[in-house]
Amino acid sequence: MKKAVSFALGAVLAVSMLAGCSGDQKGGTVNTDGSTSMADVMGALTEAFKAKDPDITVNYSGTGSGSGISGVLDGTCDIGLSSRELTQEETEKGAVAHVVALDGVAVVVNPQNAVADLTTEQIADIFTGKIANWSELGGEDAPIAVYGREDGSGTRSAFEEIVGVEDACAYTNEYGSTGDVIGNVASNENAIGYASLSAVDSSVAAVKVNGVAPSEDTVKDGSYTIQRPFVMVTKKDVKLSAAAQAFLDFAVSEEAAEYIAAAGAVYPN
Amino acid sequence: MQLLFTLCGLAAVWFVLLITVYLILSGIPAIRKIGPADFLFGKTWAAGRDQYGILPLILTSVYGTAGAIVIGVPVGFFTAVFLAKAAPKKAAAILRPAVSLLAGIPSVVYGLVGMCVLVPALRSLLGLPAGDSLLAAILVLAVMILPSIISLSETALEAVPKEYEEASLALGATELETYFRVSAPAARSGIAAAVVLGIGRAVGEAMAIMMVAGNVANMPALTRSVRFLTTGISIELNYSQDGSLQRQALFSIGLVLFLFIMLINALLNLVLKREKED
Repeated sequence: MKKAVSFALGAVLAVSMLAGCSGDQKGGTVNTDGSTSMADVMGALTEAFKAKDPDITVNYSGTGSGSGISGVLDGTCDIGLSSRELTQEETEKGAVAHVVALDGVAVVVNPQNAVADLTTEQIADIFTGKIANWSELGGEDAPIAVYGREDGSGTRSAFEEIVGVEDACAYTNEYGSTGDVIGNVASNENAIGYASLSAVDSSVAAVKVNGVAPSEDTVKDGSYTIQRPFVMVTKKDVKLSAAAQAFLDFAVSEEAAEYIAAAGAVYPN
Repeated sequence: MQLLFTLCGLAAVWFVLLITVYLILSGIPAIRKIGPADFLFGKTWAAGRDQYGILPLILTSVYGTAGAIVIGVPVGFFTAVFLAKAAPKKAAAILRPAVSLLAGIPSVVYGLVGMCVLVPALRSLLGLPAGDSLLAAILVLAVMILPSIISLSETALEAVPKEYEEASLALGATELETYFRVSAPAARSGIAAAVVLGIGRAVGEAMAIMMVAGNVANMPALTRSVRFLTTGISIELNYSQDGSLQRQALFSIGLVLFLFIMLINALLNLVLKREKED
């Protein structure tokens, strides 16, 4: 009896292994690797894709844009994830960009604040502490309170990267969530902070950057500059597995728009 | 029945052991990678640049607690003397429930009031860009440790034998002289226990001070935004990646905090033991 059972078990195992080996069956695994800022968007896309095609497993590991791109070029993952545009060098090595979303970061001040328009340079000077009083920007004579997010936050890395103040910010206060930043900017007339565009509400005022007010449209047409693309990277002349192709097709399709919006980003097309 | 009690008792021991072992196992790797000296005495905490020095956090926790004690202990002690010795019955009937109510307020509420009242007040009073600062945290902590200091000191003062005070009064000392020269010294180990308990509460507090301290890992200064050991963990835990050095370093902060608390507990036990021997 025992023997029969173990034989049956072995047979089942062998068959299931065979089934696993046959490549063009439905299902499979997609390994994605890269930008930590894309965690929210990837989470939303993965979840929606799983509902659509439960046989395909999408793995995401957040290691940073650079290592995601080199990962796809070296063939250690199927799709690389980058929250910046590809460099020329990367393109020459065969990296191909598929923009799945745009991420806008709004610079917010208290509604009482008269300053409503800043240049990128002024913003950089404020956040590095070179400009420390609102009167230097045409506002009232009051010290500037610079609010930001904690180290490791995607919004923080996006903002600092785009404005060019990476690890050079002199923050007055740091907060653990977007809501905290907005709440504290709303309650302090001296404050300036940044938050994902989708989270900005009427309790704070988003300033114009270089004369352009942030909105879904100005992010889409590129005139609002504090934004970055969320890119899925593949390698030229390397054919994706059926599963990876299906996931990529889904991510750039119109179907994905609502999930991308739900994750706080802007659908680009 | 015996078995049930034993099991319940063992559960507590088991949890302490589990937490200790877990903290040590998860806290050691980062300290070894960063180097114990760089970790404990490094002046910069910037996960983005892979710099993990927690000296600013340690000093902030020490200064913050010391500040809370400097403000909270005199106020608490005088309140206790008033309650135990001098208060008319009616005043005590109002004050005592108020103190126990203070102990029952959740720390997030202390933080909320601090954030909405104290922080803006400090901002306009001192002309700061933002009121979130070490000073704000000290004030909040001072209020939070009051109940434990008051109730423990009061108990200690009430346990002083009446004969001591009667003897002092009979010798011509005034009431005030009696309370501070006779009663307080006689109750000193109980009062010391109250202070140590207050220190423990202040060191371990996270929620309330996260809302008023500003949370930038600066070297501590009264009017600047600071980060405590406790808030250092809670503010960065959400977005640190699993398995990254940042996440591991946060566990190491937890280990350091744990050692601080152990030290304070040992001190408390020592004080209480002395009291028994007295």
